[in-house]
Amino acid sequence: MRKMGLGLTALFLVLTMALTACSSTNNGTNVKPSASPAGTKAEGGEAPPAAEPTKLTLWTFVQQHADFYNFMAAEWNKGNPDQQIELDAQNIPYDDMHTRLLLALQSGKGAPDLVDIEQSKFPNFMKGDVQLVELNDIVEPEIPNIVKSRVEIYSKDGKYYGVDLHVGATVMYYNKELMDKAGVNPDDIKLWSDVETYGKTVAEKTGVPFITFEGSGNWSWWPAINQMKSDQVGPDGEITVDDPRNIQAMTFFKKLVDEKIAAVSPGTGHDTPEYKAFMNGGGAAAVFMPFWFMNRFTDEMPDLKGKMIIRPMPAWEEGGNRSAGMGGTGLSITNQTKALELSKKFLAYAKLSKEGNIQVWKQLGMDPIRTEVWSDPAMSEPNKFTDYFGTDIFATLTEIKDEIYPVNIRETSPKVFDAVRNEIVPKIFQFGEDPETVIKKAAEALRKDTGK
Amino acid sequence: MNAGKQVQYGQSRAVRTRKINGQKLAPYLFILPFILSFLIFFSYPLLNAILMSFQRVLPGDVAFIGLDNYKKLLNPDFYKALLNSTRYTFWTLLVLIPLPLLLAVFLNAKLMRARNFFRASLFIPALTSIVVAGIIFRLIFSELDGAIMNSFISWFGFDSQKWLLSSSLSMVALVVLATWRWAGINILYFLSALQSIPNELYESADIDGAGTLNKFWKITVPLLRPITIYVFTITIYGGYAMFTESFMLWGSRGSPQNIGLTMVGYIYQQGFQYFDLGFGSTIGITLLAITLLVSMLQLNVLGFFKKED
Repeated sequence: MRKMGLGLTALFLVLTMALTACSSTNNGTNVKPSASPAGTKAEGGEAPPAAEPTKLTLWTFVQQHADFYNFMAAEWNKGNPDQQIELDAQNIPYDDMHTRLLLALQSGKGAPDLVDIEQSKFPNFMKGDVQLVELNDIVEPEIPNIVKSRVEIYSKDGKYYGVDLHVGATVMYYNKELMDKAGVNPDDIKLWSDVETYGKTVAEKTGVPFITFEGSGNWSWWPAINQMKSDQVGPDGEITVDDPRNIQAMTFFKKLVDEKIAAVSPGTGHDTPEYKAFMNGGGAAAVFMPFWFMNRFTDEMPDLKGKMIIRPMPAWEEGGNRSAGMGGTGLSITNQTKALELSKKFLAYAKLSKEGNIQVWKQLGMDPIRTEVWSDPAMSEPNKFTDYFGTDIFATLTEIKDEIYPVNIRETSPKVFDAVRNEIVPKIFQFGEDPETVIKKAAEALRKDTGK
Repeated sequence: MNAGKQVQYGQSRAVRTRKINGQKLAPYLFILPFILSFLIFFSYPLLNAILMSFQRVLPGDVAFIGLDNYKKLLNPDFYKALLNSTRYTFWTLLVLIPLPLLLAVFLNAKLMRARNFFRASLFIPALTSIVVAGIIFRLIFSELDGAIMNSFISWFGFDSQKWLLSSSLSMVALVVLATWRWAGINILYFLSALQSIPNELYESADIDGAGTLNKFWKITVPLLRPITIYVFTITIYGGYAMFTESFMLWGSRGSPQNIGLTMVGYIYQQGFQYFDLGFGSTIGITLLAITLLVSMLQLNVLGFFKKED
């Protein structure tokens, strides 16, 4: 009997331990501001709440973003001694973070106050009852000052749910050394048709392709069709992959590949180690990628330092758009936050204010969404980007700031992007199939699957 | 409190408990932790998944939609995932049983030098993080001329291949990764089984004049049957459950033309990347049914359910 009693007690202990472990994680993620030891004092009513910071949890999937938010929280605390923030910015791997967030929002427990949501994942969070907080009161007053499409991506039915970190303006990166060798001035390449003529010269004179396209990615086709004000998904989520303009762009790109003016990127994408090694060794004369690709050059293609210049993309026709805003991460507030007002204030400070936007460039090397800061003297201060690309980076950006057409990111987008990356682009670029046939077939399959 | 009465009551209860429960209850108590973890971490999720497979699951919008999810299963992506997983399972079975068995026999042989060194080095991959291994293998199977695999085949006069773009070549990459990783574990199973075969059998076979090959086929292989069935079963399960390897080789954005899409990868894609948890559950339940069926068939064919003679 005694032995059995002992066994039972042990079992009970084990179970209690297991259960407390569960409950402690719950507490851990939902810390109330007053849970700190100082809270008891404040509740007594004698000490002002001045020194007591409110804890805000923030999830992101990029360490540099976490560092940026921590910096902004410290800046905020300097200016707002009565509303101190204790920011817990957690960096969680990309897929893991989005999955955890989905489950936390689905189950109604464990979500952070603020969260970075990557653009292509955003539609998932617009399904069912939206579990994110509407941000219209902080976004609407700033609309005239920012690139509007950068908040529209994160909206549904006129309600804004997120604010992007950057514009992601797509630009041409030219290898000046190779261009000079071919005797071609990058500034002469104004239209896509020029790419064919000048590109041929470059390919012939240098022996390397003029440009590369992603072989299983979306960073080549999507910006190009966005320039023509087309998209892969319509405003209501309808499938527009087979829009004639899209087919036109793809057919043209395929022609460039067939004529050896363009090549399919090694590693099948530009953000791969294979491509970076290739490009670093002078593998191609140019590439067009969003602005955020700059830090891949500075950090991963060191041999091109001082050789690369940034210019607008060629347009499809005279006066056409010379850029496209691609990629992005929206900062949102979940409806599980215990400090809604402060979270909103912090979000507005970090992402919409002038100070915040200058830091987006200084800390992260990205193109801020608030366009007035593009001409701010702070933007031409020397840093690793100006050392690498020269000091005229923002001069180029200012030139194209009104030529960025919005993109549609809707509930059907994740499926459409996967079909583009894994079906359409590889079939055309890797296996040489006919663009029109492939695109139309994929569009039909997508319509059938999504019902849109 | 009436202490005396309580003691008396307690004593009579203790006697009764000892008589009735002591022997009957103890076994249940001992397996209670397992039963509990089984109920909490396996049965509950399983039952819930069955339920969810008939639902649309979204925040604030959970509704029964009948068989809609199951109807959605009949699509090319599902067939592709099933085909990929089946092909992978087939190849891993073909490689991961004979090869470890042979290696185990060598490692068990007395003539073998540095046995412990080889045992350890073959087992180390099993301890390596699959994430790290996946990244290394991605580089090994890279399409560049300088990548290890392409340098290797160029010695034999072959051209560089785009390993991770073609359906058959990527299967080679996956099976090589699986072999590297799991051979050590299977060797361990076979080794322990080999060591339990009584030496007398080999000695008497020697007296009867049996050769090495004869001994291997007539003694070693038949006596390894139980462990072979076990390894067979876990390899089938492992084959259909494969996800990380493919995820590491192609990343979360999927593989070109779904050449690396596995059943579990399909669950992940639908459930978490497209946030269709109901349909994800449907695929999960279907996968369970398929693995159960294949395992049952295999166990039946190998005579696992036959009574011992």
